[in-house]
Formats: sequence, C-alpha cells, structure tokens
Amino acid sequence: MNIVACIKRVPATETQPKIASDGKGMDHSRVEYMLSFYDEIALEEAIRTKEAAGGEVTALTLGPAEATKEIRDCLARGADKGTLLTDPEWHARDTRTTARALAAQVTALGAEIVFCGRQATDRDNAAVGPMMATYLGWACVTDVIELSIDGTKGHAKRESERGIESYTFDLPAVITCQKGLNEPRYAGLKGIMAAKKKPIEEIAPELVQNMTEVLGVELPPARPAGRIIGQGTDAIPALLEALRTEAKVL
Amino acid sequence: MSKIIVFVEQNAGNVSRASLEALGAANSLGGEVVAVVFGDGSTSVALNAARTIALEGTQYSPDAIAADITAIANEEGAGAVFCASTGVGRDLAPRIAALMDCPCFSDCTAVAANGDSIAFTRPTLAGKLIANVKSSGKAVATLRRNCFQEVEGESAAVTTRPASTDFKALLTEITAKTGGTLDVSEAPIIVSGGRGMKDPANFKLLEDLAAAFGNAAVGASRAVVDAGWRPHGEQVGQTGKTVAPQLYFAIGISGAIQHIAGMKTSKVIVAINKDPEAAIFKLADYGIVGDAMEIVPALTEAVKGALAGA
Ligand SMILES: Cc1cc2nc3c(=O)[nH]c(=O)nc-3n(C[C@H](O)[C@H](O)[C@H](O)COP(=O)(O)OP(=O)(O)OC[C@H]3O[C@@H](n4cnc5c(N)ncnc54)[C@H](O)[C@@H]3O)c2cc1C
Ligand SMILES: Nc1ncnc2c1ncn2[C@@H]1O[C@H](COP(=O)(O)O)[C@@H](O)[C@H]1O
Repeated sequence: MNIVACIKRVPATETQPKIASDGKGMDHSRVEYMLSFYDEIALEEAIRTKEAAGGEVTALTLGPAEATKEIRDCLARGADKGTLLTDPEWHARDTRTTARALAAQVTALGAEIVFCGRQATDRDNAAVGPMMATYLGWACVTDVIELSIDGTKGHAKRESERGIESYTFDLPAVITCQKGLNEPRYAGLKGIMAAKKKPIEEIAPELVQNMTEVLGVELPPARPAGRIIGQGTDAIPALLEALRTEAKVL
Repeated sequence: MSKIIVFVEQNAGNVSRASLEALGAANSLGGEVVAVVFGDGSTSVALNAARTIALEGTQYSPDAIAADITAIANEEGAGAVFCASTGVGRDLAPRIAALMDCPCFSDCTAVAANGDSIAFTRPTLAGKLIANVKSSGKAVATLRRNCFQEVEGESAAVTTRPASTDFKALLTEITAKTGGTLDVSEAPIIVSGGRGMKDPANFKLLEDLAAAFGNAAVGASRAVVDAGWRPHGEQVGQTGKTVAPQLYFAIGISGAIQHIAGMKTSKVIVAINKDPEAAIFKLADYGIVGDAMEIVPALTEAVKGALAGA
C-alpha cells in the first residue's frame, strides 16, 4: 500500500514564546523545534500499516529546508522516503493553504491512506487532516484511538462526548491519530544509519494565498501570585475556609 | 454582519450546553442566526435562532453532514458557520471549511464584529500565545466551552429536510466510556494526580476526594498516564485535554510547562506537593506542602463535613 504520514516541524513544547516585533506572530529566532507530538503517533501507525499490508511509507512535510531533520528522524524510525515541500514561511500558512498544498502532493504521490496527527502542537488547529481529506474527496476519521485496515475497508474508533464511536469507511482515507492509538517507536542506531541512504525529495509547494489575516498576537494575562497556606493536614481548615469565603468555589 | 449558521448538537434528545453557548456567541454578533440540528425528527428543539433547520436522518456520517451544512450555508448566503468545540464539532468544522474553501479557526475563546466580518480570538501553542484572527472571506469556527453565554430560546420556526445519504465514513456504534462518569473536559471540579501519588492504587484516594465533591472528575499528569496508571482520557496538558474548571487540584504534580498549559485557566488552583520548591506552587492560588497520602484522606473527610454542613 502507498502510505503517507504528514508530519510537522513545530516549536518544542518547552518553548516560552516571545512576540515578533510586528506583533503579528511568534518570534521564531532562537526557537528549538521538534516533530509534533501527535505526528509521531501518525508515523508509527503508517509504519505499522506497512508492516501489516506491505508497501511504502512517505514522510511528507510542508516546512523549511531545516525540516529535513524531522524527516530524517521519520526515516530512521522506519519511513522509506521523505518529501519536503520547501516553504520558509510554513509556520504562517493557514489551515486552508496548508491542507491544499498537502492534498496536491498526496495526489502526486498516489497515496491510498494518509496519517496525520490529531493536531499540530504549534497552532492546535486539528483541522489540516480533515480539510485535506475533504479537498481530496476521501473518507476521514479524526482523533482515532483504534484502527484496523482490511483490504480496502477500514474500521476506526474515536472518543467524543457521546462515548466511543465506531466508524467504517472505504479507502482512500485520511486518519488523524490521537494518543492511545499506539506507542511510537524510537529510532535505533541501525535505523539512523539506514536513514542516511534513504531519499528525500524537495519540491516547491503549490501555495494558494492565506485567507487568514492576523490582527494581533499577545501573551495571556499572568495569574496573580498565589500563596502557600501551610504544611500538612493542619492546613486543611484554612484551605477550605479560603475556598469558601475568598475564592467562593465551595 | 452576515448570516451565521450554527450546528447544534443533541445528545439523547438534549441540546448540548456547548452548542447553546455557540448559539449565544453567534447571537452576540447581531446578525441573523440559523440553527441546524441533526436527528431523526423525534426531538423538538427550542433554540434561540431566527430559524432552525432539522436534518432528518437515522445514520450519522461526518462527511455527509458537513456537506449538508455547507449546502445550507450556501443557500442561506451565510458568511460563517459555528460549531461547538467538542469532539463532534471539531470533527465537522474543518470539513465544512474545506467545502466552503475558507479557513477553519479552532477552539475560539472570543468573537467580535470586525467591519463586515468576524474577529476570532484563539489560544495557540497550548495557550502560551493568544491570536486574534479574521478571514478575508468566509469563516468556519469552533467555540470553546465555558467562554460564551448560553442562550435558551423560544421555539423557533423549524423546517425539516432529509439528511444526505452519500456517506464516506459511517458511524456504526456508540459505546459508553469506561471509567469515571464525569469527563475532565466537562467537570466543574477536577482532582488530578501525578507521579507523587507513588502507586496506581493510591488514586483511590483521589477518587474518594472527587466523590466527596460529587461533581468532580479525576485527572492525571502525562507521567502517570504513560506509566499506565490512568487512562489516556484523563490526561490534562498540552498533549492531553485543556481544562478550565472552577476548581483544580494538582496533587503530586510538579507543574511541568506542558501540564500547566492544559489547566492554567482554571478559576482556582490548589496544589498539594511535598516539595515546597515545586513549580506548581508558583501557579497555584493555594498550596499545601506535605505528603499527599496523609493530606488527601483528611481533606476528603473535611470536604464531606463541610458540604454536609452547607
Ligand atoms: C512533547 C511533550 C508533551 C507533554 N505533554 C504533557 C501533558 O499533556 N500533560 C502532562 O501532565 N505532562 C506532559 N508532558 C510531561 C511533562 O514534561 C512532565 O514530565 C510531567 O507533567 C510530569 O508529571 P508529574 O508532575 O506527575 O511527575 P513529576 O514531575 O515526577 O512530579 C512528581 C511530583 O510529586 C511530588 N511528590 C512526590 N511524592 C509526593 C508525596 N508523597 N506527596 C505529595 N507530593 C509528592 C514531587 O515533589 C513532584 O513535584 C509532556 C512532555 C513532552 C516532552
Ligand atoms: N506544514 C505541515 N506539514 C505536514 N503536515 C502538516 C502540516 N501542518 C499540519 N499537518 C498535519 O496536520 C495535522 C493537524 O495539524 P493542525 O490542523 O495544524 O493542528 C498535523 O498533526 C500534521 O499531521
């Protein structure tokens, strides 16, 4: 099966962002990057699908030239090849522009199933996967916690306020991966060596203009400093009193 | 202000509170609001919208419903579609956005009129940045719970139409969740435990405290979820759930940046930790330094007493 995992280079979760001088985004200088957390789960599911059904896994990203680092990591874990849609402004592309560029490349790659993260941990949209599927005219199940593929039929489970939802669908499909679906593997030394020989193709993406206009970006208001009420069980009466009379939450 | 379509969820015949809040957000913008509900037609809806359109069907397919909502938006000449930021709404909204070929703004915490269009406020980077955005054309948005005033409405005129049966993915079954009855994303009080609870069996102490409150859910840090002590659905944080309850207890949780990202907008935060230097104390409104194994059972008894007396 021809399998694609969409992965994104995002600021590390430890990042304490600063605002860019134009007030319209995050200052991207001196930021450490990582492979977005849920994309590790997407990649793992892509590799497992290949292990079960045969085929090839392509790690696909719209990102800067430096994103070859995240692609190499995916190759070291077991992806066969990488495609980098080179775009130094990747972090400023909106959901629509990103989804359309990825959808066009998914078509060019001839994929039958695409795995995405549930959401990218930079802008937390949880939108690119289902938008891409819709542009492709494919089935899509989001936030998947259990998946089985049998030929061209798929079964997936996701969790919502309604409970655990089961879906059936036909391939081609986009699956967005939620925590719990699998336990991602790490790259071993052998994988890291093998990754050096695997191909990464760099392509200029088809980019439509952003429709999103950023009016401004700000830091959230700081929480007022709290206080330590006391030590051990002796502090309990004072805590309850504070919750009742001061915070008024009891 | 252009017309806004709001998709309203019903669970077991009840309109979801999150959707009533989304309706409230749409109404606050001053334009005409049209509600769309999906169901088998057996539930009557009372919604504060100019009109309600009921999509009647017995099978649920997110792609088919997204297509129906988009068709309605196009027929109505709507400029925006709102859904609640729930598991259902966040699944539908991006599909509608792609069909309308416009951006999708997820998990918005505020909306405001901006000329003829709408400005959306949404946290990014797990709440470390707040962005204010608008679309140059149409827009689809999901609205975070507990951020908008819900509106109960007079019965609006309801028209029905059959839901599309052109399915790509089809919902075949819904089973009840196992574990706690209240989900952390809905509970007004959350009692969360971390590695400082030492052993999965000790989470019984937190379940007891939650039970003493009556309306509380048990939450967890990633460390204890990864260790298999608690289910994934309980994880709070950047790669878990974002919660904003009235009262949040962080017990035996150090206060890592990724945990804080998921709970720092809680109204009141209480931390119990044996390390007075723990980062969580910088954030907590109230802290108790000490051993959770001693403090939690005593706190449970005190809460029972306090609530019985109230
Ligand atoms: C990409 C990424 C995503 C992440 N996402 C999340 C996320 O969504 N949510 C999340 O929670 N974490 C997340 N983390 C992990 C996070 O960095 C921390 O490792 C984690 O939150 C620590 O969990 P903890 O506080 O339970 O454990 P620890 O950091 O080990 O803290 C245990 C605390 O318990 C206290 N303690 C010990 N014994 C007692 C006692 N008897 N009584 C009282 N206190 C006691 C200790 O003083 C300590 O402060 C993420 C990390 C990464 C890299
Ligand atoms: N620039 C990108 N390159 C590749 N995949 C992406 C990109 N942006 C988003 N995705 C995929 O879409 C998922 C959801 O992203 P988002 O909608 O931005 O939260 C991510 O987990 C990725 O799988």
